[in-house]
Amino acid sequence: MADIVLDKVGKQYPDGTVAVRDVDLEIADGEFVILVGPSGCGKSTLLNMIAGLEDISSGELRIGGERMNEKAPRDRDIAMVFQSYALYPNMTVRENMAFPLRLAKLDKATIDEKVAEAAKVLELTELLERKPANLSGGQRQRVAMGRAIVRSPKAFLMDEPLSNLDAKLRVQMRTVVSRLQKRLGTTTVYVTHDQTEAMTLGDRVVVLRAGVVQQVGDPQTLYDHPANLFVAGFIGSPAMNFLSARALDGALRTALGDVPIGDRLRGMLERGEAPQEMILGVRPEHFEDAALVDEAARAKGREFEAPVELVESMGSDKYVYLTVEGERASSAELEELAADAGAADLPAGGANLVTRLSAESRVREGGPYKVWFNLEKIHLFDPSDGRNITLHEGRAAGIS
Amino acid sequence: MSATSTAAKHRAQPLSRAEKARLSEGKRAERRLGWLLCAPAAIVMVAVTAYPILYSVWLSLQRYDLKFPDDREFVGLSNYVTVLGNQYWWTAFGVTMLITVVTVVVELVLGMALALVMHRTLVGRGIVRTSALIPYGIVTVVAAFSWRYAWTPGTGYLANLFSDSAPLTERASSLAIIMLAEIWKTTPFMALLLMAGLALVPEDLLKAAAMDGATAWQRFTKVMLPVMKPAILVALLFRTLDAFRVFDNIYVLTAGANETSSVSMLAYNNLIKGLNLGIGSTMSVLIFLTVAIIAFVFVKLFGTAAPGSSEEGRR
Ligand SMILES: Nc1ncnc2c1ncn2[C@@H]1O[C@H](COP(=O)(O)OP(=O)(O)O)[C@@H](O)[C@H]1O
Ligand SMILES: [Mg+2]
Repeated sequence: MADIVLDKVGKQYPDGTVAVRDVDLEIADGEFVILVGPSGCGKSTLLNMIAGLEDISSGELRIGGERMNEKAPRDRDIAMVFQSYALYPNMTVRENMAFPLRLAKLDKATIDEKVAEAAKVLELTELLERKPANLSGGQRQRVAMGRAIVRSPKAFLMDEPLSNLDAKLRVQMRTVVSRLQKRLGTTTVYVTHDQTEAMTLGDRVVVLRAGVVQQVGDPQTLYDHPANLFVAGFIGSPAMNFLSARALDGALRTALGDVPIGDRLRGMLERGEAPQEMILGVRPEHFEDAALVDEAARAKGREFEAPVELVESMGSDKYVYLTVEGERASSAELEELAADAGAADLPAGGANLVTRLSAESRVREGGPYKVWFNLEKIHLFDPSDGRNITLHEGRAAGIS
Repeated sequence: MSATSTAAKHRAQPLSRAEKARLSEGKRAERRLGWLLCAPAAIVMVAVTAYPILYSVWLSLQRYDLKFPDDREFVGLSNYVTVLGNQYWWTAFGVTMLITVVTVVVELVLGMALALVMHRTLVGRGIVRTSALIPYGIVTVVAAFSWRYAWTPGTGYLANLFSDSAPLTERASSLAIIMLAEIWKTTPFMALLLMAGLALVPEDLLKAAAMDGATAWQRFTKVMLPVMKPAILVALLFRTLDAFRVFDNIYVLTAGANETSSVSMLAYNNLIKGLNLGIGSTMSVLIFLTVAIIAFVFVKLFGTAAPGSSEEGRR
């Protein structure tokens, strides 16, 4: 076991593509770190550089304090699980799992013992003599995990290991992976493009965009205090709502009505640290049915009225899609996020606001409805660089 | 892959009688369609090959020499006794076997190396592949003549390298040159077949092996070769059958002098030059049988399958 340190690590492919740019990251011994980002952002490239499958173009990689840049994968003592599982088709499950041990020239008895143990942990004991072709997706996935754990490596690298499973199995396997990692306590770097997986699995999450680290933090921090528009939009499902906002006469004009500006923000505006045109971000769960908000809470937020496009009752709460006037917020980050999500988050029609209200809400489709939102939880972003203006010393401070 | 796993799932569930009946009904229809689709090709093939083969068999059972046409007579298997008891036949058989084994083995090794190079080349892929295929594109007889001139003392550039020797007049060196010409010509073909097999090895598999601690050589022998096995066997089968019928190069280079005849050469000499249809046909039939045995061994013993039909798919 060991820690992994990336020191200004970069990757430029021979064709000129810069896939990873100056990544600084310290992964502690035993930590479970998730690399998350949309497809093509350089997650696999970064992981392959840690593995030794891709050369590092610039910077330094240290595992257990030792420089690894020039070492071959086999000398790094780390195991990897691939999205395709990469099981050897000509070998049985047992032979697949024994392969790294045989290459390490362990004696037969030790190999048998280790394989049997790993098979027990992953419930593969009955399948040991089968060939990969005769296994289900979930079973193949477990064999791939088994092959990684048998030799007790310094670290595990996993590249979208659950992406090829169906939704239900994926959730099951998520807990298997999580339990296994806790039990073994091995440093793990896990790559995924699924933010739910990132939020539920890791100790720490690294959000990547176009090869650049956007933010590193535990899941809750990323959720509550996103450093920029991209992180705010990427983390959370349904995604945060973005609306354009303009600072004018000491207030913020938005499609949800005028919002008062606090001293800190006014100061920033006066000093030119914040632009006049901004993007307002509100998470769906920070809306509430105005009728259900008590007096004390009401003061902390704002009410507005908007036509209801669609109501989806989830039992525990209701997703309500509203249509508000005003122009749609636009920025490079938002376009990228929309492209990645396939713009599937918004329902058809004109609705442009997704809210999550209490199940008791009597909201109906069709007519206008009064909705409240929490001012303490809103974010403001600079459209030019996506930076979160409301962030004060790493914490979102609302419009104080 | 997914097809086989669903098939496996189907198998795992016990089928009711009705389902079985329906299944076999569908199977039968499928089989019938299969036969129908194959029929035109099969009929043409039978028409073109079956008749000459059967006619050869018929001829091989007769004493039939065009120089003495009046002596034509049905003699049963006595032609076979004559051929199989003849020292020239066995010498030619040995020569053919030697050429087959040596050329196929060398071609496999070189072809694999060439295939790996072509597979890995990123720049100028088209040029590399095209230039590698040039020898295969040249007509064998033309290539054989250029080899012959190259090895002719006095005028040939290769012969001049080894001062005043006439390699095509000695048995060992002649055989070596014949094999060299064969290898030079067909290695690209081998490489092409193997490259198709290489494309079947997933990149992730090699990466996984590297992570598991395999050296480059271990990745090649323990991962690449097993996955490529079907493609390698097909390539070997094609080449073995081809090599066993070696003719053009020998014909041009030595014309069979100094005991360098192959069985095809011998059959040709008896049949066309000697006009002995009986003995020549017997040799042809024996060659046919040997080739059939080679094919049988490959298909049954090594499990060679057509490219594309995986081992799992055949069960
Ligand atoms: N071998 C390569 N040569 C050139 N560009 C590559 C290569 N592999 C990946 N890339 C590019 O690098 C970027 C990052 O790729 P990758 O790390 O695979 O992304 P991810 O795993 O996050 O989806 C992509 O733009 C991709 O097109
Ligand atoms: Mg990837």
